[in-house]
Formats: sequence, C-alpha cells, structure tokens
Amino acid sequence: MIATCSLLQASLGGDERVFSMQDYEGAQARWCSGCGDHAVLTAAQRLLAEEQLKPETTVFVSGIGCSSRFPHYMRTYGFHGLHGRALPVATGIKLHRPDLDVFVTMGDGDCTSIGAAHWIHAIRYNMDMVVVMLDNGIYGLTKNQTSPTTPEGYPSYTQPHGSFLPPMNPLQATLGVTNASFVAQTAEWVPQHLFATLQAANRHKGFSFVRILQRCPEYTPDLFQLAVKKPDKLMLIEHEDGVLVPDLHEIYKNRRSHDPRDIEIGRRLAEQNEPIPLGVLFRDESRPRYEETRRVRKFSAEDKVKRLNEELDTYAV
Amino acid sequence: MATVTVKDTGTKARKPPRLIETREHTVEIVSDPGEGAQKCGQIFGAVAAKMGNGAWTVELIPAEIQPPPRIPAGASGNRIRIGSGPVTNWGDHANVVVAFNEQVLLNRHRVDGLAEDAVVLLENMWKEHPDETIRKQWVAAMKEISSKRYRVIEVPMDELCRTVVEDPRKGKNMFVLGVLSWIYQRDMDLVRDQIGFAFRTKSEEIYEKNVALLELGYGWAEENLDFQVLIAPEAPDVPMVVMNGNQAVALGAAAAGFEMTAMYPITPATSASFLLGEMFQDFGGILHQAEDEIAAVGVAVGASYAGKTALTITSGPGLALKTEFLGLAAMTEVPLVVVDVQRGGPATGLPTKVEQSDLLASLFGQPGDAPHVVMAAATIEDCFHSMVTARRIAETFRMLVIVLTDANLATGVQPFPRPDPQLSWIAPPIDQSPVPPDVRPYDWDPKTGLSRRFIPGQPGGMHTVTGLQHDENSKVAYSSDVVQRSSTMRSRKLAVLQQALTPPEVHGDDEGDLLVVGWGSTKGAIEEAVDRTREEGLSVSSLHLRFLSPLEPGLKEIFSRFKRVMTVEINYSDDLGDPYITEENRRYGQLAWLLRAHTLVDVDCWTRVLGEPLRPGSIHDAIVGRLVRDGKIGSAPRRGKKQGKGGAA
Repeated sequence: MIATCSLLQASLGGDERVFSMQDYEGAQARWCSGCGDHAVLTAAQRLLAEEQLKPETTVFVSGIGCSSRFPHYMRTYGFHGLHGRALPVATGIKLHRPDLDVFVTMGDGDCTSIGAAHWIHAIRYNMDMVVVMLDNGIYGLTKNQTSPTTPEGYPSYTQPHGSFLPPMNPLQATLGVTNASFVAQTAEWVPQHLFATLQAANRHKGFSFVRILQRCPEYTPDLFQLAVKKPDKLMLIEHEDGVLVPDLHEIYKNRRSHDPRDIEIGRRLAEQNEPIPLGVLFRDESRPRYEETRRVRKFSAEDKVKRLNEELDTYAV
Repeated sequence: MATVTVKDTGTKARKPPRLIETREHTVEIVSDPGEGAQKCGQIFGAVAAKMGNGAWTVELIPAEIQPPPRIPAGASGNRIRIGSGPVTNWGDHANVVVAFNEQVLLNRHRVDGLAEDAVVLLENMWKEHPDETIRKQWVAAMKEISSKRYRVIEVPMDELCRTVVEDPRKGKNMFVLGVLSWIYQRDMDLVRDQIGFAFRTKSEEIYEKNVALLELGYGWAEENLDFQVLIAPEAPDVPMVVMNGNQAVALGAAAAGFEMTAMYPITPATSASFLLGEMFQDFGGILHQAEDEIAAVGVAVGASYAGKTALTITSGPGLALKTEFLGLAAMTEVPLVVVDVQRGGPATGLPTKVEQSDLLASLFGQPGDAPHVVMAAATIEDCFHSMVTARRIAETFRMLVIVLTDANLATGVQPFPRPDPQLSWIAPPIDQSPVPPDVRPYDWDPKTGLSRRFIPGQPGGMHTVTGLQHDENSKVAYSSDVVQRSSTMRSRKLAVLQQALTPPEVHGDDEGDLLVVGWGSTKGAIEEAVDRTREEGLSVSSLHLRFLSPLEPGLKEIFSRFKRVMTVEINYSDDLGDPYITEENRRYGQLAWLLRAHTLVDVDCWTRVLGEPLRPGSIHDAIVGRLVRDGKIGSAPRRGKKQGKGGAA
C-alpha cells in the first residue's frame, strides 16, 4: 500500500495545477449564432475541467466541416485535418501515444459519408477515445447539401425536390460492427444530458461513439423543432451504468431503464425514431482495445543497434 | 537446334566434362506457379553470394497466383546472374535455362530471354504424355524454338523424382537445384545449409526429402551432363549481406529508428511489411495494416504528429490515394516518410513488373504547392541507407520525404557490404520538455524556413495544426501576406537542403559526346552499357541521380561539358520518327521532362516500358543509335539483341 501511494505521488510529479473551464478555451468560436456546436464546445470544456484533463496531454482531432473547427476553439493540442479522415489520424496518435487523451469531432457528412470506411474500422479497433458525431443532417460549411442523415424528402441545394433516400441510422450502423463497445445518443438542446453523456463516454475505456443531434440554424432549423418544443418526443434511456440525470425528470417524463450491456435491446432502441432515444444504448468495457493489443516494449538505441546486428547476421554472406 | 536424349547413357564410360571458364553466367529456372522454381532460384542465388560470387536475382512472376498450368503467360521462376565480381543488374540473356515444361520455356523464348546458344534443360514427361493435345503442343514448341541454336537436353525429372516423392510437383525444384549445383560446382554443404534455412519452419522429414532430391539431381547431372561452368569468385574483402530491396527497406526502417509503419497490402510493396511484421516489435515498432491506403497514410501522419516520424510503404495506385494526405503533411509540416515501390501503370497496370513511372506523380501529384523531398534508391544497398537518410531529412526539415524504389529492386536479390548500424542513425526519444513561452508552433527562421516542432505532451505548446493556411501561431489565416510568407517558408527548406547536397559524380570522362542520365534501379544496367561503349572507343559517360527534389547541384554545368544529354528510363516516351511524332508534340521520359525544365538543356531520352528491367545490351544499342543519328560515328556493330519492339531511338 505504501509503495502504491508513493508511486502515485511520484506520477503526479508535484503537478498541482487546477484547470478551470477557461483554461481550455481557445480561439473565439466562429460558428453561426444558434448553432448546436456552441453547446457541444461548452460541454467539452466543462468535461475537461470536471475531469481535470491536462491540456498538454489532450488532443482534439477533427476532419473538415463546421464542427471540425472544434479543435481551434480548445486550448489543448489539436489536429484539424482532412474531410472524412479524422479517425485515421486519431488512430495513429493513440497507437503511437496511448498516454494521450484523444477526442474526435466529426460531422455527419465527415463520419458517415466520405469517412464511412474509417468509421467502421475505427469501431472495430476500439481504441480508447471519445468520438462525437455532430449530426445536423446537412452539409453546412459547403452550404446546404444533402448528407446521409438528411431525412427523406428534406430539400437541399443538391436535392431541391427533397432527399431521395431514407436516411442512414448511424446508431444502428455502429451497433452492427464487431467490437463496438460504447454507443450513445444525446442532443445539444439538453445540455445536462449532453454533458452527462460526454462524461460517460470519457470514462468508458474504449471507442465511445456519441451521436449528438443538433440543429443547423441556417439549413435545417426545423429538423428537431418538434422535439425541442415537446419533451415527450424524446425518451431518456437511463441506467446507472449509462446516463442518469434525475434533474431532467421534471421535464422529460418519457423514460425507460435499459441496462447498456444488453445489445439486443440497445439495437431495438437505436431503430426507434419516435420518440427519439437519448442515452447509452450499449456499453461493454471487456472488448479488446487495439492500442493495448498492439502495445510494444520500448527499446534503447543501444538495444536496437544490437538487435539489428543480430538480424543482419541472418543475411550475412 | 541440337536435341540430346540422355536417358540411357548412365552406364556408359564417359569423358570428363568440358569445363567452361567464364566471368559471368546467367541461369533461369521456370515452372508453372506452385512448382517451386522460385525457391530453387532463391537458394541458388544465396549460395552464389555465400561462395563469394557476385549475384543478381530477379523474380519472374505472373500476375495471377494460380494461372492455368502449361501456358506461356504462367511462367514463374527466377533469373540468376552470377559473376566473378559484383553484378549490378540482370544482364541480357540467359545461358542456361531449366524449364519444367515446354510452354514456360516458350515464354522465355518469346521475350528473347535466352542467348542464341543457351543450354535448355527441359522436363521431358510431356513429350510422350498420354494426352494427345500435350504431345502436339510439345512438337509445336520444339518447332518454334528451332529458329535458335539452343542445345536442348531432355531431363526425366518427373520419373526420377518419383523415386523419392509421391508428387514430383513438390520436389522437382530441389532435383533441379542439385543439377545446377553440379554444373556450377557449388559447395554442397552450403547448399544443404541453405535448404535447411529455407525450410526452417518445416519438419526434419521435409528437409531430408529435399536433400535426397538435391543429391538425386546432382548425381544425375554428374552421370549425364558433359559440361560444367567455373565462375571463380573474387571474394569481396568486406563482410557482405544478401537480401532483396524490400527486405533492405524493412531493415533500413529499423536502423533509422522508425517505430510506426502503416500500410495497406499492395504489390510489389507488401513484402517489405512481411519482414517488419516479423521483427518490428523487437525494435519497439508497430506495423499497422490499415483499412485502406488513405487510412494507412492517415495513421502515419497522426503518429508522426504525436511522436516519432512515421513511415508508410506503398506502390503507385496507393500513392495516388494518399495524395491528399501528402499535401496535408506538407501544409502542417508533419515529418513523414513514404516509400513507393513503383510498378507498371497507370491504373492496375502491371502489378508485378517494374516501371519508373511515378516520378512526376511523386513530385507534382499533390494539388497546390506542396514542397517535399523525393529520393530514389539506385541499388538494393541504397534501399537500406535511404531509410536512414529519409528519416533524418524528414525530421530536420519537418518535411515529407518520398523514397522511390521499384519492383526490380524490391524482388531482386544482391549481395552488398554489410551495413554497420550506428547509434546516430536512430531517431532520438521524443521531446516532452515544456515549450518556452516565446516559441511559436511555426517559428519559421525567415532565412531557412526551419522551425522547431513540438508535439502533444509538451506543456505550454498547445496549438491546433491545420490543413488550412496558417500563420506562425498555427492560426487559420487567409490574409495575402500570410499565404505568401508561409508558402515561401515551406518552400525555402528545399533550397536549404539543395545547398547541402554534393554534386553527382560522372561515371566515365567528365566531358564527351554523350552523357546518359538515369535514376533509380537502372544504375547497374546503364553503367554496364556505358562501359561497353567506352570499351568500343565511344565518348560516353553517365550520371545517376539519387535526389529528384531538390535536384542535386551542378547539373547544368555538368551537362554543358557534353555535346548531348540523354536520359534512360523505364517509363513511356514517344520516339522521334514514329507517326505524328514531332519535336513539338513529343512526350518525353519523366526525368527528361524534369531536367529540361530545370536546366533549359535540350535533354533527349530513350525509354522503354517492357514490363522487365532494361538490359545493358539494349541500352548499349540505344546509345550507339543516338551517336549514329548525331553523326558522331558511322553505323556501329550491334552487340546486344534488341529488347522488345524497337531498338535505338
């Protein structure tokens, strides 16, 4: 016990810094007023302060799109990369540096369209990171084009007569992939739920996929209008091992308890559109994590030279 | 064509075999895929190297894993060129060919792979095969090859191997190894050792059967063949290793201290990852097989951003898919090394065959201005050392470095001086020290464009790197002055590197009628061809470039000392004199394009895309043809055979 305690002190290294929400604030956000991204940014800053994550060992990774400006507005390390390619970058970061806390923010087009292959495989890798998909059902940054999650019949500039296809359900898709370990849904207009969900995602060891329903005031202002106005259009999916916010019970009467270990019920809830389920649909921390499976011993340069000489000997003439 | 049937000569009193003493000989072993000709060739090549001979082996590979048996296009095997001294390329024509059926022999015959007087050791089970179609094919093949003076020796491989194994398809290769071991007077202990090494994961029983087959072949040759070949080794005085270019890339990656390689399977690059997969973890490294080529480079960029410079290995089509990420690496100044093992293109092209067609794509493939380094390995030894150099440049200059190799280097096997690994080659541990308050993420030195990189974990260094235009603070910036300044800074680094490079050395005289310029795997063949023309009294030299971006210094000055400059490359160019082709519309070889733009010298080119390495004889003929056209010489005697359609330009 004594050894453990002294080790613990040593690892803290006398770091007595305390971080407030302001310590995580980066550049002034340039999203439209009324954009759901603002709420997510606040929730993320609150989460980091609550969990006291060190700014220098936290990395926000994003692709391209409105929500992908996210890392610029945090005061952590950040990587604002390519459209659809946030997850490969995050995979590289976490694989090489499992010591870092990695957060990934993507939009619906970023994640489920151009980056769909990476999304499926990242679920399978199940690396310990928080992956939020900010889903406003439209391409916003490029100004109003249909995305895979745009509701059928909903008009955009590319499909002015309405989206031709039934929308993709990212929750079902995620739950269908081998080795999924955490799948949740929340909404930006329920900030307490949003925060609690991000906290559960961060505490989960594995690939924590969170779909955040959000409004785009420019192009899909009416997408969740009814749900915003009428709390009974939402259903809180509650569990001690998932998300449970008693403060919300006053407003949200539509609730059901669901043990997130039960993937079958989780899948059925994911299919449900009315009422919209909010909460943790599935969670299993026993799933293998790629960065652990692939963890390697580190060697000194001297060891490497010695090892290389042995290897070269097998090719000696 | 002389046919010798030697089935029944076993008991007759024989003359001692005729001994052919030569400085070099080329052997080919060809079979249907799955019959082990490649294994036989690899062991034979390794034994040659171990006996102190120079050697170069080339894999002859069909594109399919299991094409139908007994078709010319299915020919699979190895060509091994052995010399007294170093051998730098695959040569011109094979002197001895072992063929497991007459159809795969036809393949080698039709591509003009065999010397006029080649000795052909041919499995004769097909000649009297119960299937009439096969018998007819045999007769037709014999007729077809009768245009040459091959000496065909029929060998009852199947019949003899049946005395040792039930299925001779799984044993003929070791029998043939025995035959070749007798012909070339190989040290049988070394051959047995090498068999043991090649089958080290197999049972003792398999080893013993293979040795029994080896000895059966050796004995048969001793009793039945009337010639032996002596290639006296001039053993090198430094320790040597023998491997192929992909193995050299993998070992070079370990020597450079890489700890992350991300890849997606693609021929002919993949085998570099086989070796990394086996041993990389013993160097603290992770080989990550990504879901696709884009993810592979993305993972490498992510890892590099967060720590040590990472590596990704690919081939042309993969390079195309990685393009956007390469631009991102340039924009964010995340160091990255990409190895492109070139194959024939475009599209799926010739997946298993050599070409040097990715030069311009690797230089200019990224939309926008994405300054980066492009190097090309000229030898298998270079494949090893390039990795150390590339890693160091990438790290020092915060830059993308593309290393070009090709299928010829990747699968060719050659002995070279054993590298002496140095501590200084290995990437230092990552820096996690606090970043001083006044240092910015892109604190470009206005003179050099260089800046210090800091990575996650360093307190005080928090910033977001971005693919958008950005200023010194890594803040998104669209203002004109920032765009111009940051573009200048990213480009300036190349100029700094260029000034640190040494001018290339001219092979041959420093001035003359013709300078041949090459890059990549053609070095050995070009220099051999140039040496032949010089022996003939022609005023020809050559130059080989290892850096393509930035180009090595002094080129224009060197070119000015020659009356004519001509590149030799394995990529497509139009030939003057072909229909519609004029000086105005002629498309040049890729290095020629580059050098013309770079030096404003009227650089000519001779390039071929034959799906095989260039032969020194063909290059020789192209050089002579060029000099004849320029009126430097009258028509010169042609030594080599034309390679493929069309000879000299």
